[in-house]
Amino acid sequence: MTDMQYSLPDAQGHFGPYGGVFVAETLMPALAELRAAYEASQGDPAFIAEFEHELRHYVGRPSPIYHARRLSERLGGAQILLKREDLNHTGAHKINNCIGQALLARRMGKPRVIAETGAGQHGVASATVAARYGFECVVYMGSEDVKRQAANVYRMKLLGATVVPVESGSKTLKDALNEAMRDWVTNVSNTFYIIGTVAGPHPYPVIVRDFQTVIGKECLAQMPEAFGRQPDVVLACVGGGSNAMGIFHPYVPRGDVRLIGVEAAGEGIATGRHAAPLTANAGVGVLHGNRTYLMQDENGQVIETHSISAGLDYPGVGPEHAWLKDSGRVEYVAATDDEALEAFHALCRFEGIIPALESAHAVAHAMKIAPALGRDKLLLVNLSGRGDKDIHTVGERSGIRF
Amino acid sequence: MSRIQSVFQHLEAAGRKALIPFITAGDPDIGLTVPLMRALVAGGADIIELGVPFSDPMADGPTIQRASERALAAGTSLAKVLDAVRAFRAGDDATPVVLMGYANPIEAMGQGAFVAAARDAGVDGVLVVDYPPEECADFTASARAAGLDQIFLLAPTSSAQRFRDVARAGSGYLYYVSLKGVTGAANLDFEEIGQRIPRIRAVAGMPVGVGFGIRDAESARKIGAFADAVVIGSRIIEEIEASTRERAAANVETFVRGIRVALDESVGARP
Repeated sequence: MTDMQYSLPDAQGHFGPYGGVFVAETLMPALAELRAAYEASQGDPAFIAEFEHELRHYVGRPSPIYHARRLSERLGGAQILLKREDLNHTGAHKINNCIGQALLARRMGKPRVIAETGAGQHGVASATVAARYGFECVVYMGSEDVKRQAANVYRMKLLGATVVPVESGSKTLKDALNEAMRDWVTNVSNTFYIIGTVAGPHPYPVIVRDFQTVIGKECLAQMPEAFGRQPDVVLACVGGGSNAMGIFHPYVPRGDVRLIGVEAAGEGIATGRHAAPLTANAGVGVLHGNRTYLMQDENGQVIETHSISAGLDYPGVGPEHAWLKDSGRVEYVAATDDEALEAFHALCRFEGIIPALESAHAVAHAMKIAPALGRDKLLLVNLSGRGDKDIHTVGERSGIRF
Repeated sequence: MSRIQSVFQHLEAAGRKALIPFITAGDPDIGLTVPLMRALVAGGADIIELGVPFSDPMADGPTIQRASERALAAGTSLAKVLDAVRAFRAGDDATPVVLMGYANPIEAMGQGAFVAAARDAGVDGVLVVDYPPEECADFTASARAAGLDQIFLLAPTSSAQRFRDVARAGSGYLYYVSLKGVTGAANLDFEEIGQRIPRIRAVAGMPVGVGFGIRDAESARKIGAFADAVVIGSRIIEEIEASTRERAAANVETFVRGIRVALDESVGARP
């Protein structure tokens, strides 16, 4: 792999054939306004300084890189290092982006924020920043996810947000996104839409990526300090793909570092019941404002996805991931529900860390490849969130009722 | 001259406004689509907008989303919608049909294959909600080459420069979204629409229709006073929802006729 430099997307938000602005006309001016505000903010040292200050004093950054020695020892191969995004305020990487977008919303004079959420982590992070900066907040959440993630729903309510269960379609993340888009179309003049992943219409994939690259930038500095060099492999789970873009992006130009995105194989790629459009080569389509790999039937209808992890249960993927797959710079693989659960339990038992089921997919693949690699190899896994929210899901699998 | 242009020319000569009803193809099942289209014409439709159901209709309100879900549950695909248009066209060579939907079913069929199949089936125009002009230059070119009009949306949030850019890409007519919101929502600001339409028409070089939120004879009459065409959708779908399968076409015809009469009154035309 040769070193790769790129400065995508282009001015219209295209990553090669992917990305773009596929939305109804009503939203075109709002996206242009957002683009202008975002570009201005990035040239404003006061904005950058406030973002960094908030990350340090409110989120608790930088997050450490932790050497999972007991797990590595048991696997008997490469060393597993965990970038501890689970230690962030609100328990996941989602807060990084929400702080950035909240500062943008304030700069644009929008008193109301809306968000979609799957597992509830982005909803909680959005409700959190809304409380922190004094915005009205409405969170859309598929009614299936509301059931799966009752604790996070209550957290959002405690933080003052209104949670709207979405009953349409498959009642999961994609339907929550549709509903949030509808709210935004209707209330576009006073509302800022905080998108939680590197998907959606341009400029969202860029905005979310940029705010999340704090993860990878910290790793670039921390790795030589703590381990004497950069990792051999970086792994992250991919649903929409924001935590993966955040840790991958600063490493993309460094061709000596292998990058692996881990999708949700659900019950197995061969069963069709999964959420792995890249790994399964699902074909290209247009959904939620961008062109990307998309799980769909032969008539172009988006199909239901399956994953034990609500945060990965999404039929599309960020357009930059689609481009990185085609370019060969990032490898995309998938871990099944069972493999993720095994990784979940391993991290609990051997490291005293309860990981989010999303992040457990990345850990699962690291556990898969570590034994065959030498003990001197360093696998850096983005532990994107903590798993307190998932104990009901995991418990039910073991026949435990709370 | 396209079928759409020809309809608008005749209407202008007669001093009348176009009535463009919308139904979702395949709602409640594809077998009822052609009878419903004929009922729309019998009730006084000048052009039919035929919705192509999609799993994720982001720009639509709950009513049209429900129609999409019913149509998909009944097995409706883009290919079957085109079959329905062909069947309709066999008995009606005059009424233009505009397909309205989202990009993904078209891209799944392939843009070129879709344009050819649509033309062959007797489709006159295409409105792809999530294809703004800057994202569909190739599609626009192939549609134009095949003689299909591509209808674009304009919104209350669009700037004057945007009016010009969109007008340059489109043909047939422009569709002004009468509110900030999704299809079927309420609370039209007639004053704002009344100010906007003349400005759009000044740069459009083609007729301007207004839709999203027109629910009854009264709102149709008010819009008809300044627009070239009135689009009405969600309210017709509610009519289909409230009817038995057997009564749906007759009820839709009656409802559309009521709008037709009101629209003709608004311009003092004789029915």
